Amino acid sequence: MYKYDEIDQTIVDERVAQYRDQTRRFLAGELTEDEFRPLRLQNGLYIQRYAPMLRIAVPYGMLSSKQLHKLGDIASKYDKGYGHFSTRQNLQLNWPTVEDSPDILAELATVEMHAIQTSGNCIRNITTDQFAGVAPDEIIDPRAIAEILRQWSTFHPEFALLPRKFKIAVSGTKHDRAVVQAHDIGMEFYTDAQGKMAIRVWVGGGLGRTPILGSVIREHLEWQHALTYCEAIIRVYNLHGRRDNIYKARVKILVKALGIDEFKKQVEAEWAHLKGAPNTITETELTRVSQHFETMPYETLPRHDAGFDTTLVSNPAFAAWVKRCVHPHKMAGYRAVTLSLKPHGKAPGDASSKQMWAVADLAEQYSFAELRVSHEQNLILADVKLADLFALWEKARANGLATPNIGLLTDIICCPGGDFCSLANAKSIPIAEAIQMQFDNLDYLHDIGDIEINISGCMNGCGHHSVGHIGILGVDKDSSEWYQVSIGGKQGNDASLGTVIGPSFAAEEMPRVIQKLIDVYIAERMPEEHFIDTVRRLGIAPFKANVYTKEGAAA
Amino acid sequence: MSNLIKLNGHTASVAEDEWLLVSLPASEAEERKQAGKVVLFKLTGENTVTNKQIANTVIPTTGKVIVPLSVFIARKAVLQARISKGEIGVWLSTHEVLEHLIKSQPDLNGLPMMAIHVERFADGRIFSLGTLLRTRYGYQNELRAFGDVLRDQLYFLKRSGFTSFQIRADRSAEDALASLNDFSVPYQGAVDEPQPVFQRYNRAV
Repeated sequence: MYKYDEIDQTIVDERVAQYRDQTRRFLAGELTEDEFRPLRLQNGLYIQRYAPMLRIAVPYGMLSSKQLHKLGDIASKYDKGYGHFSTRQNLQLNWPTVEDSPDILAELATVEMHAIQTSGNCIRNITTDQFAGVAPDEIIDPRAIAEILRQWSTFHPEFALLPRKFKIAVSGTKHDRAVVQAHDIGMEFYTDAQGKMAIRVWVGGGLGRTPILGSVIREHLEWQHALTYCEAIIRVYNLHGRRDNIYKARVKILVKALGIDEFKKQVEAEWAHLKGAPNTITETELTRVSQHFETMPYETLPRHDAGFDTTLVSNPAFAAWVKRCVHPHKMAGYRAVTLSLKPHGKAPGDASSKQMWAVADLAEQYSFAELRVSHEQNLILADVKLADLFALWEKARANGLATPNIGLLTDIICCPGGDFCSLANAKSIPIAEAIQMQFDNLDYLHDIGDIEINISGCMNGCGHHSVGHIGILGVDKDSSEWYQVSIGGKQGNDASLGTVIGPSFAAEEMPRVIQKLIDVYIAERMPEEHFIDTVRRLGIAPFKANVYTKEGAAA
Repeated sequence: MSNLIKLNGHTASVAEDEWLLVSLPASEAEERKQAGKVVLFKLTGENTVTNKQIANTVIPTTGKVIVPLSVFIARKAVLQARISKGEIGVWLSTHEVLEHLIKSQPDLNGLPMMAIHVERFADGRIFSLGTLLRTRYGYQNELRAFGDVLRDQLYFLKRSGFTSFQIRADRSAEDALASLNDFSVPYQGAVDEPQPVFQRYNRAV
C-alpha cells in the first residue's frame, strides 16, 4: 500500500499543528462555534448527541496492520474501547473529547493517518472496491489513481469550501463494487480500443434526501486528465451550485436543474482551458505511485489444497463460513476473506479495540500485514493462502469475527443512527439488531440467500437505504420514531433506487415487516432467483399486499 | 490601525491602505427570498442591483477608490479619466459574473486593483473567482479579499491568487499573518504555485 515520504509526512504533521491551534483558539473563545465548525468538520470532528464523534480517514479503505493496531490503541485510550467502521470505509470514534482531538490526530500522524476532509463541504475520502488488486474480474487496479486523487484533493485551495460535500469513487472491475453511480463523481476505469487505460466519468449521483443515480458525462477520458477533468466539474459546481439551501446544494441538484447536456457543455468549456495544465498526471507519477500497490510477493501455489478440501467436507461450520466469507482471488491458491463485523444482535460495523488488535495480528500472520475496510462495513484480508484458511477461521471465530453471513440478510448496512448521531430522526442500530435476532438461524439465512438490507436513521442516507434490496429509513412523525420501507433498490452496474411500499411502521413492527417481505419472496421465487430479482419481476404489489394485510385477515 | 495584510512576494505584513471602498446604497427593493433566505440569481441571470442604487452610489471625487462592478460598468464613461490615472479599482460579490466585467474591461491589467467581497467566510466561490482572474483572464495587479475574511481561510485565498486581505474588523491582522503559512508543501498546482508536487520534486518510492 502507499507509504508516506517526507512530503506526505510534513503535510499531516503541519495539519496537526494547524488544527491544534484552531482548537486552542476555539476553547479560548477566540473562534465562535460557527467559525470553528467548518474547521473541525474538515478534521472529521462532529459535535454529536452525547459527545463529539471523530471520523478517521481510511483512504480507499486500505489499512496496514500497524495502522489498525494504532486505531485499536486510540479507541482504547481516548474512547470506550471500540470504533465504528462506516459505509465510507472510514472509522468513527463515538466518545472522544474536543480537547483530546488534536492529540488523537497527532497519534494518527505517527502511522501515516489523519482525519483530513472526512467531513465538511469539501472533497471527501476517495472510496473504491474492497477487492481492488486481487479481484479476478478486475480490469485495472484503481488504487494508484485513487492515491493521486487523494493527494490532489488534500487542501485543494479552490475547492476548500464547496456548496456541500463532494464524494468521489473509483472502480476498475467488470462488476462495480464501489457504487460509482451513487457518487458526486464516479470514475469507472477500463481498457480502451487502443489498449490504454481510460475512464468513464459519472457525475451527479448521490444518496441522501434526494437519491439520484449519476449520469455519464464522458464515456472516454484518458487517465492523464483525471485531475483536470475533476477540476472542471468541481469548478462549475463551486460557482453555480446552490448555497441557499443545504438540501439542494449537492452537485446532483445542479446537474438535474441544468440537465446533463447543459452541465456537460459547461464542464467541457471549462476543461478546454484546463486540459494539459500542470495538474495533468505524468507517466512518471503514475509509475511511482503504482509501485506502492505492486503485486504482493505471492508464492506459486497449486489451485487446490488437500487439507483445505478435506476440512471443507468434514466441518460443516467451516464450510458455511467459506461459502459466505471467502472470495475468489486472481492468484491460484489464494483467497480474499471477509471478517464479519455483523454478529447477530450487535451494532453493524462496530469493532472493539481487542478485535482491532486481533485483526491486525491476523493480517500480519496471514495476509502481508494489510487489510481493507468495505463499504458494507466489514474487514477484508485480501491475500490468504488456502492452506491457512482453517487456522484463520478458528482464530477469527474466537474473536467473534466469523459469522458466516456475508451477503445474507443479517449482513446489514447501518448508520450509527439516533443512538449517536444528532442528525438522525430515529435509531437504526436497534432495528438492525432486532432483524438479526428475528433471522438468527443460519440454515434459514442461507435458504433466503443473497439479499441486502440497508438502514439509515435519516434521509441523509449514510446507511445507503435507497440502494438496499430492502431499504429502511428512519422518519420523524409527531416526534416519535417511525420507519419507512422501500424495496427494489440495488447497487452495482445495474443500480436502481428502491420504491417505498407504503405508510411507515413503528420500531417493534419492523422484524415482522421484514419477515412478511421474505415470506412473499420464499413463496414466489423461481429456482435460483434472488430476492432483488423476484422484486424486479413481480413489482412491489404482492409484497405490499402481504405486509399491509391485517393480522388474522384472509391469508 | 489598519487591518490589511499585504503580500509582497513571499513576505506578508500588515500595511496601510491607500484605497477607499465604495459601497452601494441600501436597496429599497424587496429582497426575493426562498425558505427565508436571500436567493442569489446567478443561474437565471437576474440583476441583484437596481439602476437607482447605481445612480445613487456616491464616489469620492479624488483619491483611489474601489467601486462596485455594476457601478463601474454603468458609469465607466464618466470614470474614464480616473481609470487612466490608475485611481479606480473594481470589486465584485461572489455571485457576480466575471464575464460581465471582461465585456466592459477586456484588459484587466488596466485596473490597478480588483477586490472580491465575501459575505460569509464559508462561501468558497471566492477561490474560483480568484483562480479565474489570475489564470483565465491574466490579471496581474493587486487582488484583495474583503468582508468576512478570517485567518483560517488565508492559506486558500493566497493559493487562489489573492495578494491582500482585509481581515474582519474584530480580528487581529497581526495574529492572522501566521496562518498564511499553515502548510509549507502543497500537493496540487494552484495559482501561487502552478506545478503540482510531482512536477516540483523527484519523489522516490
